[in-house]
Amino acid sequence: MELCDIPAYELSLLLRQRQISAEEVTRACLERIDAVDGRSGALDAGSLTPEDEQKVHAFITITRERALNQARAVDQKLAAGDDPGLLAGIPFTAKDIFCVRGTPSTAASRILANYTAPYTATPVARMEAAGAVMLGKVNLDEFTYGSSNESSAFQPAPRNPWNPAHVPGGSSGGSTSSVAAGEAALSLGTDTAGSIRQPAAFCGVVGVKPTYGRVSRYGLIAFGSSLDCPGPVARNVVDAALMLQVIAGADPRDSTAANVPVPDYLAQLEGGVKGLRIGLSPDYFRIAFPDPQTGEYREQPLPVDIETPVLRAAEVLASLGAEIVEDVPMPNTRYGIPAYFVISRVEAASNLHRYDGVKYGYRTQQPIDDLTKLYRQTRNEGFGLQPKLRILMGMYVSAAQYSAQYYQRALRVRTLIRRDFEQAFDRSRKHRLDALLTPTTPTTAFKMGAVYGDSVLMQYADQLTVPANHAGIPGLSLPGGLDADRLPVGIQLLGPDFSEDVLLRIGRAYELATQTEDWRKVKPMVLR
Amino acid sequence: MSDSIDRDTFDHLVGLAALELDQQQADYLLRELNNQLKAIRELAAIPLDENVPASLHGVPYASAVSPELRADVWRPHPNPEEIIAQAPATRDGYIVVPDIPHTTLE
Repeated sequence: MELCDIPAYELSLLLRQRQISAEEVTRACLERIDAVDGRSGALDAGSLTPEDEQKVHAFITITRERALNQARAVDQKLAAGDDPGLLAGIPFTAKDIFCVRGTPSTAASRILANYTAPYTATPVARMEAAGAVMLGKVNLDEFTYGSSNESSAFQPAPRNPWNPAHVPGGSSGGSTSSVAAGEAALSLGTDTAGSIRQPAAFCGVVGVKPTYGRVSRYGLIAFGSSLDCPGPVARNVVDAALMLQVIAGADPRDSTAANVPVPDYLAQLEGGVKGLRIGLSPDYFRIAFPDPQTGEYREQPLPVDIETPVLRAAEVLASLGAEIVEDVPMPNTRYGIPAYFVISRVEAASNLHRYDGVKYGYRTQQPIDDLTKLYRQTRNEGFGLQPKLRILMGMYVSAAQYSAQYYQRALRVRTLIRRDFEQAFDRSRKHRLDALLTPTTPTTAFKMGAVYGDSVLMQYADQLTVPANHAGIPGLSLPGGLDADRLPVGIQLLGPDFSEDVLLRIGRAYELATQTEDWRKVKPMVLR
Repeated sequence: MSDSIDRDTFDHLVGLAALELDQQQADYLLRELNNQLKAIRELAAIPLDENVPASLHGVPYASAVSPELRADVWRPHPNPEEIIAQAPATRDGYIVVPDIPHTTLE
């Protein structure tokens, strides 16, 4: 096994035993990037070549020298016998929605293409302080607005390492594809409606959406400020726990970062699932979406390839001593997307007003003699279609004459979605769940171009993940198997506020129990 | 609920959003807005009694877990030139913009 394919926790043991050096690990990752990534995302990239279609294209910016310098510093600390930090020498990528001082921080948008961050986001700063080595900034949907990465202004967009004809999911698609392809052991993503968990499912890796407030948002380029959660992408649950340990916790720079003690995730990780109550809900085994022609809602069961791994996981967990609780009602699940269409757009429109061609970022090159025209022309040229769509919808549904029927109503529906979870997890009620076990996504990774452009269908890719964002609760997506086309299927665990330790413990139990299964031996196509 | 966004409303929104669109973009965006509204319309059918308040966020901000606000103390940035240098046009430490049009408030 090459160094770049070794998971983070094992790497950290080998590094501490001085069997390998951080510089060797970093070089192995950079070599893997050179072998499989192809050209990095760029503006005005021209048309795709046949070679482009075989590559991963996870990156926008590769910070090669910076990474090697960080690795050498770790090696010096190890040589001197100093404590190099929990993530010492572990290579990671950061979604290019995080500001990192001195690096381009683009949000995959033309409007920030020339922006160099003057400060570093808290989760990145914490990882680097713990000795992690940042290899670069990875691609995403423009401003995170999508579930496929195709909307990035920086093309070629990332592709799925399991089959480059398919999308990696999104919006943290560069994060999950870089981890799946062995380019990095860890990645820092964000999840607003499923943007860590959905691409983690599509790329066969582990993704954690922490509780809202568990991880600071300082330095994150904002989308939906009441929903955005930074979180780990990793190749297994141990690594995800290790990374969450480092990035979680209160931060004086983010007043929503909760003052809740961070448990020792690793110490409890292999505590097993005996006695835990894990629920299954019929409301997570069907999807409801509007018919593109009529607008009428249609409900249909999930594909068998999606359902089977979840039911099998329930059997595995039951055999390990968990109690499986069936028929848990989560009746408001289906309203997650309609409510999200409203709430996220209002927050996005508000957050996008700051881009004006005046303070930083792109300014139109047209000769313009009037500030209002400068704003309009800059925003027209700088934003792609998806940000424009979100701004317009956000302004419409929050306008004074429509707010009561749309925005205020969506916020009340959000309360209902939260109540579903509160009732399922309530110790004094019938179900008393420690976690809910669900599929992560309604489908496996779709083909490039199959959905992009249809903004409604694309949003419904998040149907099973978005309720956790409305409710603020944590979610974990785990690889659960492969479908008939050998594309990964994800399974999801959802739990009460700040129960990441329990979710990780369940995930680890499942991972250990299925470690030798045949599907785990299959490698992504780009590595075969 | 209103049925759909018509072209006049759309043009008004585009102005408020400080955008300027070509015809092809406008056609796509108007179509997608109205398709999204069809999905949003499902909210209207949900029974909501008076006991359902709005949630601005999911996790409650209990005072026990909300961090104290920072003291409101002025701290100079160590290098303001670095911040100003991000602006597309500057002169003598000021950000340069074209003329600000005068408007009369109604």
